[in-house]
Amino acid sequence: MPQITLIEGVTQALAYEMKHDPSVVVLGEDVGVNGGVFRATVGLQEKFGADRVIDTPLDETTIAGLTVGLAAQGMKPVAEAQFEGFIYPMMEHIACHAARMRTRTRGRLSCPAVFRAPWGGGIRAPEHHSEANEHLFTNIPGLRVVLPSSPGRAYGLLLAAIRDPDPVIFYEPKRIYRQYKEEVPDDGEALPLDVCFVLRDGSDVTLVTWGAQVKETLEAADALAKDGISAEVIDVATLKPLDFDTIHESVRKTGRCVIVHEAPRTAGFGAEIAARLAEHAMYDLLAPVERVSGYDTHIPLFRLEMKYLPSVDKIVAAAKRALAAS
Amino acid sequence: MSVVASFEIQYLQYLDPEGKLVREDLPDFAKDLKQLVELYKLMSFVRVFDTKSIALQRTGKLGTYASCLGMEAAHVAIGSAMHKDDVFAPMYREYGAQFQRGVKPREVLMYWGGDERGNAFADQPHDFAWSVPIATQCLHAAGAALAFKIRKEPRVAVTVCGDGGSSKGDFYGAINVAGAMNLPLVTVIVNNQWAISVPRRMQTGAKTLAQKGIAAGLPSIQVDGNDIIAMRAALDRALKRAREGGGGSLIEAVTYRLSDHTTADDARRYRPDAEVKDAWLREPLKRLKAYLVAQKAWSDAQEETWKADCGQRVDVEINAYLESKAQPVEAMFDYTYAEVPADLAAQRAQAMEGSH
Repeated sequence: MPQITLIEGVTQALAYEMKHDPSVVVLGEDVGVNGGVFRATVGLQEKFGADRVIDTPLDETTIAGLTVGLAAQGMKPVAEAQFEGFIYPMMEHIACHAARMRTRTRGRLSCPAVFRAPWGGGIRAPEHHSEANEHLFTNIPGLRVVLPSSPGRAYGLLLAAIRDPDPVIFYEPKRIYRQYKEEVPDDGEALPLDVCFVLRDGSDVTLVTWGAQVKETLEAADALAKDGISAEVIDVATLKPLDFDTIHESVRKTGRCVIVHEAPRTAGFGAEIAARLAEHAMYDLLAPVERVSGYDTHIPLFRLEMKYLPSVDKIVAAAKRALAAS
Repeated sequence: MSVVASFEIQYLQYLDPEGKLVREDLPDFAKDLKQLVELYKLMSFVRVFDTKSIALQRTGKLGTYASCLGMEAAHVAIGSAMHKDDVFAPMYREYGAQFQRGVKPREVLMYWGGDERGNAFADQPHDFAWSVPIATQCLHAAGAALAFKIRKEPRVAVTVCGDGGSSKGDFYGAINVAGAMNLPLVTVIVNNQWAISVPRRMQTGAKTLAQKGIAAGLPSIQVDGNDIIAMRAALDRALKRAREGGGGSLIEAVTYRLSDHTTADDARRYRPDAEVKDAWLREPLKRLKAYLVAQKAWSDAQEETWKADCGQRVDVEINAYLESKAQPVEAMFDYTYAEVPADLAAQRAQAMEGSH
């Protein structure tokens, strides 16, 4: 059984689906001969040809517009934005066309496309290569927004995203692209979209997160355990549509919730989860909801970026505040 | 210094504004007067539809409507040149093309009447919906063309944008990728001289809009967009080239928007009356009628009968639109995704109850 990293999970899923579905094509900048700047598409052009693994002109708007056109006419395109900070020129096509193709034509046309991008900070990259902007998409009806946080979930969720009949924003936490390896059988088994994954059971506090922060959050749960505190860890995985039931069920049990994300705090996706807790779980809560997030600043250049990102210490401190509140 | 490349833009016209032929090498379709009469009838049907639609808006029975007055030749030529299984990516006023592709007048009215079912096109499975965000449709057509190329289908994608639309990056992206990838994409700039209130000369310093295609490596031509013979001839050539693997083309159709931008606009605020009056001298129906009458292929009596017939047919469409009922409230949920996700199903239930 192969031991693979998160990014190899991406490659393995792309290769599996391209092999089994001739309508799947990959397009973007440097995805062909070069195999992608992070190597996500390495070897695909050799296997499937330049007709299906397409190096486009250097224009994100073109990539997004082609993707909408391909998807509406019977293909299943997987488009790559080289970094999440370069996805902005794609947004008109994503918001105005991909996301509303089905509704505006009453189902006559649809847009079964995946927009992939390496996402998030912490790799000492240049400006515009370290954004967390998933919340810009979670407010757009018709989209799915998915962030895997392990090799297995990268493989299983990307397969599900490609097979999904609607457009998916698939953000890959680049900081943990090669964090560790795990066994991921190349069996074509998709994981479910629209559900949270409970990564660790606990009874005292619920830690809710997604993307690269899953790493720090699990480490924080370990640290809390040493102090006798039992933390439940939830990887949201699909932000939109949100599986709030899983979060609510956990908070019903623990009475405390810490939401961890690296995007700026105000109107970050943590705000939506906190609002739902206020609407539906007020009487289950024993303490105010805590948020550990990026600040309402731009993520700084890399000399300071680790001061900006959530850390194990910040998560542990937030959990202890929640426990001290009652 | 030496010349490394040189270019020119040719201009194509067969019929002058008076309906006189300016060149003798008529394409085959135009030698068949029956075909020209059919094209004339389509153009005048569109004009009757347009007039009645504006009247419908003025009496409060339609939302904002985008008129196609003056641009009928360019639009009808597109519809008549395309094959059924080609794909059309319109902007939002190409009814003359769409009616030939199975889009019903009642669907046009439904869309401008505030109902998504207008884009459901019961008899047109694959053409794109109206695209209000300027020039974005050009790239969708390029994507369709790429799909045809990947699947090795002999189909062509045709798209339209305006003179204003040709200023957008999406337009350039589409013609550029068509050139780079040799895509079967025909892009038509319907240059009607006005992007709402901004005139053509303020869009670009380029002498022609057609020459933008040179930068993309495409065969590019400027055509008298009020001359349906020239438009159809240019389109036939471009579609044939694309279908045979010769790649994309750019056509600039020089025409004039005789109407306001939409019914929400008042062009008198920014456009001199004299210019509009002058443009009426060059409009597309008058010259084709003059030619057909001179060829004894059409008469005032036939015109009267045909217009009455058009009026009746449009009235049937208008009545079908007016008699249609709004969709139920849950319709806003039911097409957001292929299946309503659990999270959205809760809101759907609330909307149906009217409780939240």
